[in-house]
Amino acid sequence: MKTLYLLVPLAPLAGAILAGFFGKLLGRTGSHVVTILGVAISFVLSVLIYQDVQAGHLFNGAVYTWMESGGLKLQVGFLIDPLTVTMMLVVNFVSLMVHVYTIGYMAEDPGYQRFFSYISLFTFSMLMLVMSNNFVQLFFGWEAVGLVSYLLIGFWYTRPTAIYANLKAFLVNRVGDFGFLLGIGLIAAYAGSLDYAEVFAKRNELATLTEAVTGWPLITAVCICLFIGAMGKSAQFPLHVWLPDSMEGPTPISALIHAATMVTAGIFMVSRMSPLFELSDTALSFVIVIGAITTLFMALIAIVQTDIKRVVAYSTLSQLGYMTMALGASAYSVAIFHLMTHAFFKAVLFLGAGSVIIAMHHEQDMRRMGGLRKYLPITYATMLIGAFANAGLPPFAGFFSKDSIIEAVHLAKVPGAGFAYFCALAAVFVGGLYSFRLIFFTFHGKERFREAAHDAHGHDAHHDDHGHHGSAEPHESPKVVTVPLILLSIPAIASGWLIGTMLYGNWFGGAITIADAHKGLATMAHEFHGVLGMMMHGVTTLPFWLAISGAATAWYLYIVRPDLPAVIKKKSGVLATILEEKYGFDRFNDWFFAGGARLIGRGLWKGGDQVLIDGVMVNGSASVIGGTAGLVRLIQSGRIYRYAFSMVFGVLALLTFAWWSVFSRIL
Amino acid sequence: MLNNFVMPDLYPAAPEIFLLLMSFLVLFVDLVFGATHRWMAAMLTVITLIGCAAITLVTSDGQTTLTFSNMFVDDLLSDFLKLMTYLAVIMMLVYSRQYMADRGLDKGEFYVLVLYATLGMMVMISAANLLTVYLGLELMSLSLYGLVAIDRDNTRATEAAMKYFVLGALASGLLLYGMSMIYGATGSLEIGGIAQALYHGQAEKPVLVLGLVFLVAGIGFKLGLVPFHMWIPDVYHGAPTAVTMFIGSAPKLAAFAMALRLLVYGLFGLAVDWQQMLLIMAVLSIGLGNLAAIAQTNIKRMLAYSAISHMGYMVLGLMSGVVGGQIDPFTAINAYSSALYYTVAYVLMSLGAFGMVLLLSRAGYEAENLEDFKGLNKRSPWFAAVMLVIMFSMAGIPFFIGFFAKFAVLLAAIKAGYTTVAVIAVMFSLIGAFYYLRVVKLMYFDTPVDSAPIKAGMDLRFLLSLNGIAVAAFGLFPDAVMMVCTTTLMRSL
Repeated sequence: MKTLYLLVPLAPLAGAILAGFFGKLLGRTGSHVVTILGVAISFVLSVLIYQDVQAGHLFNGAVYTWMESGGLKLQVGFLIDPLTVTMMLVVNFVSLMVHVYTIGYMAEDPGYQRFFSYISLFTFSMLMLVMSNNFVQLFFGWEAVGLVSYLLIGFWYTRPTAIYANLKAFLVNRVGDFGFLLGIGLIAAYAGSLDYAEVFAKRNELATLTEAVTGWPLITAVCICLFIGAMGKSAQFPLHVWLPDSMEGPTPISALIHAATMVTAGIFMVSRMSPLFELSDTALSFVIVIGAITTLFMALIAIVQTDIKRVVAYSTLSQLGYMTMALGASAYSVAIFHLMTHAFFKAVLFLGAGSVIIAMHHEQDMRRMGGLRKYLPITYATMLIGAFANAGLPPFAGFFSKDSIIEAVHLAKVPGAGFAYFCALAAVFVGGLYSFRLIFFTFHGKERFREAAHDAHGHDAHHDDHGHHGSAEPHESPKVVTVPLILLSIPAIASGWLIGTMLYGNWFGGAITIADAHKGLATMAHEFHGVLGMMMHGVTTLPFWLAISGAATAWYLYIVRPDLPAVIKKKSGVLATILEEKYGFDRFNDWFFAGGARLIGRGLWKGGDQVLIDGVMVNGSASVIGGTAGLVRLIQSGRIYRYAFSMVFGVLALLTFAWWSVFSRIL
Repeated sequence: MLNNFVMPDLYPAAPEIFLLLMSFLVLFVDLVFGATHRWMAAMLTVITLIGCAAITLVTSDGQTTLTFSNMFVDDLLSDFLKLMTYLAVIMMLVYSRQYMADRGLDKGEFYVLVLYATLGMMVMISAANLLTVYLGLELMSLSLYGLVAIDRDNTRATEAAMKYFVLGALASGLLLYGMSMIYGATGSLEIGGIAQALYHGQAEKPVLVLGLVFLVAGIGFKLGLVPFHMWIPDVYHGAPTAVTMFIGSAPKLAAFAMALRLLVYGLFGLAVDWQQMLLIMAVLSIGLGNLAAIAQTNIKRMLAYSAISHMGYMVLGLMSGVVGGQIDPFTAINAYSSALYYTVAYVLMSLGAFGMVLLLSRAGYEAENLEDFKGLNKRSPWFAAVMLVIMFSMAGIPFFIGFFAKFAVLLAAIKAGYTTVAVIAVMFSLIGAFYYLRVVKLMYFDTPVDSAPIKAGMDLRFLLSLNGIAVAAFGLFPDAVMMVCTTTLMRSL
């Protein structure tokens, strides 16, 4: 089995290397064949490993030890348990679909091979992250997915906006990663090991310690540091600012990395660390509050966005907030469950948005769409499924996971849970509103794209190298685009029905630890009476009606009275501006952090570089030599004297030092 | 009386004797065929070194054997260091074959001087007596002076040789003076005897410390530590690149052996004193080397300053063996093997870096400026990658041998309680990363100034590729080499 485990990440890596270094040799078709083959192999193996794990065969061990020093082992190792296998299946399945979809989406792009190489490399990194059995490899995977994300956001590197966005993503993630690294450092320092199993074995010991410098309880410091890492990667408030901008990347990437897999790495990591987080109510409270803020406030921004991908991006932020809340409520399995259903329905929404974008010749502004359902029937149907799931309506997948989260948060007792419960409920209404606003805006109502085509305003910002312009009729996308959409929309409906096994059937076994004080989930298990029962019960509860009223509001505002939104916007004044400005985070960051960094940088450049290095060290020595250029011979004979003098001086200095230390010891 | 003469056991010194005999053959062959078949001397030199390696391997029994009236020692450490020396010299010869031929410098003298310098290093490595150390040192140094000046018409080279000679003589004088004082204080020239005398506390401390200072100065000169480093930039810059490569590789192994034999084997009792001295020199070297390298535009000069800083890092390991006056064998072996590992790693990287300079040079053209590396990726992606690996490794970036070497010495320093020093060293290695990464930037992001095709022979290409791969591979499997270093020292100390 060990070979199989190894093959899972290595197959996509091989694909990435082949397409990356030999892309020209392989050609376009060759490149997508090798990468898709690599991911397909990885997917099939994941299924096999899943069956093996179901049969009770877990694995935890090293496959390669890089170095060992002072008891710290740096190694590549795998931990194969139900949690890992769930992630492997989700990652590989979505990745495979995105690979296929890319054939259609990137068909005309000159960077075709490079793109395939990157997404396969991403798959490799993500698999290394989820399969890791130690913190070092986790960190490696963590950084590697961040790197690929950076490369892909800036994939169209000639666009200044893309370069801005990828730099922003990189820098914001650095903030998170710094916290993450501090957390790992604390673990290494206090637990003396970086192996999950060894650290978890010492957890009760760690719980009694306090951090030496600050005097904080160690476990809280560790958990909060680790969670700061998760906040960066999973785009939690206030480190969320990079995710909406990351939409500058090609759409398949938005689906794969910035919705389905990479951004959920933080959620996965916290679940993996559940034995540690369970020991600190403070940390859990921090987690649940951050999640709650993200959920509600990011959903609100989604209402005012007009770029189709940005709506989906803010919706992703909100859904990640839900997962984080679940973590804070100690409902780790629910978080992973929502991670899974979300991966499917968000991939559908993103790839559907991509399909719309192809049909509109790379137009992303919803104000220039409308009435598209006639032209894009398959895309419409799949996106509708995605919207239903996103809004959390039964029987779609999102309903089961979102409802469970709300219930878990309701039952949670950590400080801040009440606030979180309120945010969760409010966000359900907003979720219904923005999901259906997207559908109605894009697919219903007046066909606005004809007039839009002549209006060049804002158009340049979003089109790429495609040559098409003018008012050609939108047409349904090719099979390579629609087939993945259809395949993904099946789990977007049905994956929620696994709720019985995943949440209440001991699916995760020992992979997740929950302290006795936090067993809200067990209460829920008592009230659970099958999928149908949950649906029947669901329609009588508040979240369902909130979602419905959100959808109805969207219908009223964008179908019945399309003139109303503008009026509301005018009336609400400041509120609308705040939302459109996204609470001013970007402005503040640009002004304070970017501006501040530039100021420090300028100071260092002027003071350090120009004065110290260039002035004193380079020009200084150069001007001394230059000034005495006429006396070259003299200098050269003089220099060896100086060299010798330096040596004699050195001897004298050492002598003084040595004798001083000898005599001071004697005296 | 002649009657008292006992024939010494020649067996432990078999490689040295073989090399000496073969050097006569090289001289002879060069005399007869030198005018027509220059390749014969080169070939014979390489064969000699391979033969030495074979003899060293065959005679290596892991035992410590003293011979020539306890003046010469053959132990695992000497075997290991000698093998590394042969390897470095062979690589140097292969790398520089074409370079020397293009400049008409591949004369018999070159090969003979290389062989005698190698012999000098071997004697230094196997020295068990202060006089043997001095003998080996002088044999090596005199040959190196000659090698630097081998291109007689080049004023820069002859000037460098002159400086090297004068300063080297001064350093030898200091060393010899130190030795005489140690002899005066302990009454013994044998390294083992000195250790005994110190152990029994029979020596006078002030005189000993005086001798120690001069000894450390001599060692500092050979290693190129601040403030005894002045010769390094000028000699590296002035000498023909092939000779620079020679000076920058194998002699570091011999200098390491000298430091180890004199300080650890001989004056271990004074460890607290010499550790302090080495500490100052290490910090100064790391600081000055890394800062000055930034300002260089000539890659040979840059690598010279880089060598100064690298030797500073190596010394961090050497000075961490004794903690607070307490002797713990485990800590000591860990620290000294980290220094040994650093030396070996540095030699490998240094050979690769100078090999790249040789690769880009051709008849009538010295690719010794940083500019010559501009756009290398467009001219040869593979060798740009090799240079990238070597530069990353020198900068101490993970997954290359240089990272692990730095890591090992820093760990040793921290364990010995020199945390502040370790932090300073890391800061300077961050600063130092700048000039290594600048080379990478030039190779990958700038447009080539020199667009001539690379004309190096297959032997150079092949070995240089292997060199680059080794730097990467030993970074992935660092334990293998570390284990060898630790075992060697464990069985030789």
